[in-house]
Amino acid sequence: MFARAVSRHFLRPSALPIARPAIPTSFTLSALQRRFLSDETRQAIDKAVKSAPVVLFMKGTPETPQCGFSRASIQVLGMQGVDPNKFAAFNVLEDPELRQGIKEYSDWPTIPQLYVDKEFVGGCDIIISMHQSGELAKLLEEKQVLASPEATESSETKQE
Amino acid sequence: MAQSSITGDSITAALKDRIKAVHVEITDISGGCGQAFTSLIVSPEFAGKSSLKRHRLVNAALKEEIAQIHAWSAKCQTPEEWEKENAATGGNDGPPLDGTASGEVVGVNQ
Repeated sequence: MFARAVSRHFLRPSALPIARPAIPTSFTLSALQRRFLSDETRQAIDKAVKSAPVVLFMKGTPETPQCGFSRASIQVLGMQGVDPNKFAAFNVLEDPELRQGIKEYSDWPTIPQLYVDKEFVGGCDIIISMHQSGELAKLLEEKQVLASPEATESSETKQE
Repeated sequence: MAQSSITGDSITAALKDRIKAVHVEITDISGGCGQAFTSLIVSPEFAGKSSLKRHRLVNAALKEEIAQIHAWSAKCQTPEEWEKENAATGGNDGPPLDGTASGEVVGVNQ
């Protein structure tokens, strides 16, 4: 329900340069060279990380995750009640530069990756364990990125 | 190393060697290809470290391995935490299966 309720919002990040290879991509570079993050990619990822208070780099879209870990992470953010207006998702499958670049950028080898307030929180394992321990709720509340209870209720009602 | 395929045993050996893991459980969640794993890692080196730092420690220790496989999931506990959770769950502490469906993870090959 979370994903559907906010689907329109997710289209916005796709319009950013990073979601489409508007920047010259380096498909021709060797695997070794590709391991080093170009300035352009770094700047594009900087921009993506700053695009919303809560940012998830994932495989697929919130509506149609293409990997179980991305799906689980989106579900957790939905259960937590993250405000759709304060959330952006980037589909790494749409952009090979982003897919490789985000791993270097965060020094984290897997997708999904969660950023809150421009700070790297972790991947699926950490998101889930923080969800279970209550740390995630605390963090999201502190950062004031949760939807108001009324708004959450009404969007849920709409979906049911 | 780059040529050989990664196994649960090779990951276990690497963790015991590189981060002094005292207990490692690896579960194959690939559903066939054998290159997707979830793990429970118990090491005294996790003591006093946040969850993020523990994962970073493991990621660094298994940099080559994780780069080669399709999926990697880990739960990082100190021996004390492991004992406590084992007692609380009646010995049911184990690798996390979140994100998998019936113990298989879907879509990571893409």
